[in-house]
Amino acid sequence: MSAQTAICLEAVARHYQMGDALIRAVDGVSLEIPTGQFVALLGSSGSGKSSLLNLMAGLDHATGGKVTVENQDLAALSREGLAKHRLKTVGMVFQSFNLIPSMNLLENVELPLRFAEVDRDKREGMARLSLERVGLGARVKHRPSELSGGEQQRASLARALINKPRILLADEPTGNLDSRTGTEIMTLISEFNSSLGMTIVMVTHERAIAERYAQRLVFLADGKLAGDTTNSGAGN
Amino acid sequence: MKFYDVTELAFRNLRESLLRNSLTTVGISVGVASLVAMLSLGVGLQQLAGKKLEKSGLFDTVIVTSRRDLHGYEREQERNGPAPADSPVLDEAARAKMEQLPDVKEAYPDIRFVTELRYEDKPHLTTVAGLPESAKTNDAFDGMQGNFFANDAAQAIILKSFAEELLGRVPKHGDAEPNVAELAKPLLGKTMVLRYAQRAPAQASPSQSSATDEISAMEAAYSVISKELTVTISGVTELNPDAMRGQSGARVYLPLKLAESLHVIQPSDLRNAASDKTGTATYSTVSVRVASAARVPQVEAAIKKLGFNTFSITDATKSVRQFFAVLDLFLGIFGSLALAVASIGIVNTLVMAILERRREIGIMKAIGASDRDVKGLFFAEAGAMGLLGGLLGVALGWTIGQLINLGTNVYLRRHDYPPEKVWLVPWWLVGGAIVFSIMVSLLSGLYPASRAARLDPVQALRYE
Repeated sequence: MSAQTAICLEAVARHYQMGDALIRAVDGVSLEIPTGQFVALLGSSGSGKSSLLNLMAGLDHATGGKVTVENQDLAALSREGLAKHRLKTVGMVFQSFNLIPSMNLLENVELPLRFAEVDRDKREGMARLSLERVGLGARVKHRPSELSGGEQQRASLARALINKPRILLADEPTGNLDSRTGTEIMTLISEFNSSLGMTIVMVTHERAIAERYAQRLVFLADGKLAGDTTNSGAGN
Repeated sequence: MKFYDVTELAFRNLRESLLRNSLTTVGISVGVASLVAMLSLGVGLQQLAGKKLEKSGLFDTVIVTSRRDLHGYEREQERNGPAPADSPVLDEAARAKMEQLPDVKEAYPDIRFVTELRYEDKPHLTTVAGLPESAKTNDAFDGMQGNFFANDAAQAIILKSFAEELLGRVPKHGDAEPNVAELAKPLLGKTMVLRYAQRAPAQASPSQSSATDEISAMEAAYSVISKELTVTISGVTELNPDAMRGQSGARVYLPLKLAESLHVIQPSDLRNAASDKTGTATYSTVSVRVASAARVPQVEAAIKKLGFNTFSITDATKSVRQFFAVLDLFLGIFGSLALAVASIGIVNTLVMAILERRREIGIMKAIGASDRDVKGLFFAEAGAMGLLGGLLGVALGWTIGQLINLGTNVYLRRHDYPPEKVWLVPWWLVGGAIVFSIMVSLLSGLYPASRAARLDPVQALRYE
């Protein structure tokens, strides 16, 4: 594993026991993602894409193998350590946006800053800046329910980036959006990759989107690695 | 998360489910109110009883006698200390010495004598006693008609039974109790003539000094002169301030200074005349009033060291205190029961909140909240409900107390009793109840908070 590796998976497994059956959500996946790469994880439903993303995020723990993110073995981290990993090292966006409905956009974006114990007087400015960057400067006081899906996903991106993580993990970020809004979001994510040098791992089942934006396409099937290709057509 | 962030988020979460959280808070406040109500009743009753006992003068008084005059009240006292013949004389010097002891408010001689009082030319035989000005606060004078006398004025306070006698009323069996105000009306401001035997220092003459030693001593000591004093009736009291003495209690009271200045011959003078050649006035009893009933044993011990016999009712106060300690304990337990029920309400509300906010907890964890942050948030919500419930509960308890005080006093007045404060909410109870409410709430929040913290974020994010 080189110093330029953002994420390294070595024979990673995530098995669940469900009654008598053993579910192999992720089954011996090995993958090395260099810093600054935009990777798309592709596969049909139940192929283990989201499970793999959760393992990288430290939201779930591997039952076998080793997950290393930014040279840190996640299995060696305590629950507090994993929380810090999610707070500082990785940022997450989800298909269903996952904004807190009772909070306005500013409060939603400020939330990770509260967990990071950033001073109250600095927080608002940082959150506003982050929202302006995704084009929501005029909607800071709106609650998620008052926004369109695209706007919610942009707010979710602003929140994911507020603590300046080095890796963005996106789970079907365009899954709930129409194609035009989906394109807007993907353009934003792509910009973060190119201008900030962020490593992006995006789960999607839409091959066209993956081929358009990702530099590398990783295919999963039944929890196993089914293909890993470089996408030379990205950005076109 | 910083403390103020946790607090801010907790209060905003409470506002989100306003009705449910308000109902839970009301539940806590009812629990706190019942605790405050029960304990303040205990405190109020204790203070009331304490004040009554203190005012009765029974519990903060030490009665001192000379070992020369009387045997000790206990065999223990008889066996210990100096022999009666060697023990000190209970005179003015001894009284002054007692007054200097720590925790002693005052020490005054017990002046009492049986004498004849003439009212409207009719003689009445009764016991007269001197009362110090401090006795003004004695409970017995609470419902007195007229006024307490000035320190050395020629005034007297009489008992209701003596007033009946002066007015020539003979109570018959089955008669209704006469009203003290009715009896006092014709007597207040009227005068009585007190006839008494004064002990005056005698002029020693050469002829007297030639008599036998014994007789000359007695003669040289004093002579007895018959005197009269006109006193105005300033008050008529229903309750007996001398109840402790039972049948030997006085029915007419004079200001102590006046009673002392009369130099009425006392039984101890007779004995002194036979044994003491100096002719100094001695007292048969000195009453020592102690600053608080709790200090009585120490004062008694100090007086015994001076060589006198003492008597007090300290054991009775001890058992009264014990009774109130047990009463407070039981009232506290009963009061806490409602708070215990309310605490189950907190657990229920927070567990419901976890179910409702399962996804929110998952989101917070996904974006970097630690277990400690989530736990702190639920803890703060429980604490905030405890604080609000505590404040509301104390206010509610206080209001209930005021209403009950009001009701009790209406009842008491209807039955011709003076108003009392049976309900008392001291500051320590206000603070204690709020702290207790927060502590109980935090304790109730322990389980929900750790359950929320342990939530699996992946599962929580899947929850719709």
